[in-house]
Amino acid sequence: MTYPAGTPTRPLRLIWLQSGGCGGCTLSLLGQQEPDLVTALRAAHVEVLWHPSLSEATGAEARAILDAAADGTQPVDILCLEGSVIHGPNGTGGFHLMAGTGRPMRDMIGAIAQHATHVIAVGSCAAFGGITAGGGNAVEAGGLAYDGTRAGGLLGAGFRARGGLSVINIAGCPIHPGWFVDTILQLAGGTLSAADLDEWERPLAYTSQLVHHGCARNEYYEFKASAEELGDLGCMMENLGCKGTQARADCNTRAWNGSGSCLTGGYPCINCTAPGFEEPGHSFSTTPKISGIPIGLPTDMPKAWFVALASLSKAATPRRLKENAARPTPAILPRDRRKEGA
Amino acid sequence: MSEKPSRLILGPFNRVEGDLEVRLDIAGDHVEGARVTSPLYRGFEAMLVGRPAADALTYAPRICGICSVSQSVAAARALAGVRPAGLERRLPPANGQHAINLVHAVENIADHITHFYLFFMPDFARAAYAGEPWHQAAAERFTALKGSAATQMLPARAGLMNMMGVLAGKWPHTLSIQPGGSTRAITRAEQARLRLMLSGFRAFCENTLFAAPLEAVAAISSRDALYDWAQGRGGDFAHFLTIAQRLDLARSGVTRLRHIAFGAYASGDGPLFPRGMFDAGIGAAGPLPIGAIAEDVSHAWYAGDGGAPRHAAPKPDMGNPDAYSWCKAPRLGGNVAEVGALSRQLVAGHPLLRDYVARDGASVEARVVARIVEVALVVMAMEHWIAAIDPSAPFQDTRSRLDTGDAMGLTEAARGSLGHWLRLDGGRISHYQIIAPTTWNFSPRDAQGIPGPLEQALVGAPIRAGETEPVSVQHIVRSFDPCMVCTVH
Repeated sequence: MTYPAGTPTRPLRLIWLQSGGCGGCTLSLLGQQEPDLVTALRAAHVEVLWHPSLSEATGAEARAILDAAADGTQPVDILCLEGSVIHGPNGTGGFHLMAGTGRPMRDMIGAIAQHATHVIAVGSCAAFGGITAGGGNAVEAGGLAYDGTRAGGLLGAGFRARGGLSVINIAGCPIHPGWFVDTILQLAGGTLSAADLDEWERPLAYTSQLVHHGCARNEYYEFKASAEELGDLGCMMENLGCKGTQARADCNTRAWNGSGSCLTGGYPCINCTAPGFEEPGHSFSTTPKISGIPIGLPTDMPKAWFVALASLSKAATPRRLKENAARPTPAILPRDRRKEGA
Repeated sequence: MSEKPSRLILGPFNRVEGDLEVRLDIAGDHVEGARVTSPLYRGFEAMLVGRPAADALTYAPRICGICSVSQSVAAARALAGVRPAGLERRLPPANGQHAINLVHAVENIADHITHFYLFFMPDFARAAYAGEPWHQAAAERFTALKGSAATQMLPARAGLMNMMGVLAGKWPHTLSIQPGGSTRAITRAEQARLRLMLSGFRAFCENTLFAAPLEAVAAISSRDALYDWAQGRGGDFAHFLTIAQRLDLARSGVTRLRHIAFGAYASGDGPLFPRGMFDAGIGAAGPLPIGAIAEDVSHAWYAGDGGAPRHAAPKPDMGNPDAYSWCKAPRLGGNVAEVGALSRQLVAGHPLLRDYVARDGASVEARVVARIVEVALVVMAMEHWIAAIDPSAPFQDTRSRLDTGDAMGLTEAARGSLGHWLRLDGGRISHYQIIAPTTWNFSPRDAQGIPGPLEQALVGAPIRAGETEPVSVQHIVRSFDPCMVCTVH
């Protein structure tokens, strides 16, 4: 095939490993549309050396590829890790021994990372530990360059891949397929630099926005017309634990599965792109409050202003929103007053 | 043949969901014994203890990215089951049930075709088969990442998954499935759109997978009739059947075990596929004694004795010298049992699958055929569920529930029977145990030394001269469509 301008002339060789995770980022990635994943990888001139779900090579064939990547004889342009790095029990790595080798999986991850031009943490587990680090983290799960919010992880705080970038953290639980494909295409075009990553080294392509942006419930938010139960139409910030005003992702401007998002699905944003999202300190779908005021207000807004504006807007809430907020389907629809009888 | 190694260690055994190692004892030209190792432990059951009850709905789907909805359904059903003694379980309203069934069906069908096209069929493109007359066509169609099938199947799968955007917000890891129903009310326009999306997927099935109407596939009632139907037909299912007959896959990876199913796609009229047991040894169906399920940890890295999932919660312990897996060994009244699409259809009495098993036992071919036939059956059922949605009626029963008590949530994932057993104390989880489908199928030996279903199915698998990754073993292992991240959670 011919490649569009800006595509590297030699293939980008990619190795994908999985450790302490659910495989959901790969499955989400398979949902890539227009074009499909295989076509998208071809467009980025990516050659998959090995992927646990997609490659033919198994057993000894796969070990040979990975061993050659680990000792540097097989060049690797992109190493992807899906799932957390498992260090338990007691720092041994024994909770995940790589099949066929009897050795801790983290050793293979670390060895290939030393040689790879770029290293991508696919999903919040690989970036920060994620859900696998939940509940006291008995399995000692961590990320590639972070353990939760603490810099370090398997590769260390100062880690730079051979191409010069830190670990690229495509955080999310799971990732949106577009977040990965955007990143790969930019790497292929040689246009991804440190300036394209945010403070957690997540691609700004999707974290320069808040989940709040483009939320279909914005009008309810403006007037503090709140949902009371999951599935209600109103804003889920006041009662249902929604973190959309703090969470960084483009979920409401880049549709999931063609048209959706957590918010359109009737349940709150749980800030799954952030380190530590797995332990919010409260039930995921309940907003903790102090004297009736939700904690965790929008991060960059003075609290007093928020409270003042909220009480003002609550007083001005149109009847339509007040009536509709705590229902799963609207009771009152907008109507043009110019039409007779409106 | 004596130059062959007496032992082979296969791993990482890929094109399965998660990490898997298989150790084989070889005698001459066949497998004499097998040990199956699940090498990853994450500890979800322990993670859930102490959390607020509703958190199970955020954590459980993240056990597994491929059967995320199944985990949600089991968790929601378990939470809904906590109720005062003697009271009937409160079912979600009909709309909620239809919506959950649709979301669940989308996932299960996507899993079936992902398994068929991406995990299972690429093995026929292997160089080991280069001398076979059918190899070139199989390689052109199914070679991993390069065959012509993937770029047809992936858009069809993604198009089907677009139903999730409407019904569940996103996939995987939706929170739309609740004890009382679905959080997503569907409008009439969306109902029509769902019908459109599903008809797109039906078209893929009828044009590419079957080269025939779904109704015709669903009606095939014997193996001979299936072979006649496939004769000279295009489509990827017939392509598989041609290769399978050449390789005699109906007599490969054979077990004659009990098959169980927990019941799939619940409704007020009962499940689409019923709960029950089918004994492939004697060819008889019967009720499933849920209370007879217990987990054995004699050969797994856990401390203690295992037991019934309602009470027992074995802790990880790498000190057990007999252990070789993180997978526990669930048993039904002490007996090994197989689960999956084949088991579901045997319990449901599907004549084609009953015929397969009556002739040669559960096999590689029967397991694949069951999955693909189920695609046809479930798509047709989905069309009825979409039509049955009444957008003016509720999708959820949000009345409050008891915060103390114990319950179980049973369902069928693509790969078979999935159960959650939990106890709540004052709104917090005090006990949580999960038995996943592949836990049954890929279980290690039990205290009696009886191997699990895959371990039994591998015995006798032929090894070709010089093979280090025997192709017969590839087919047998993948015929179970293992999900290792569910297996050990």
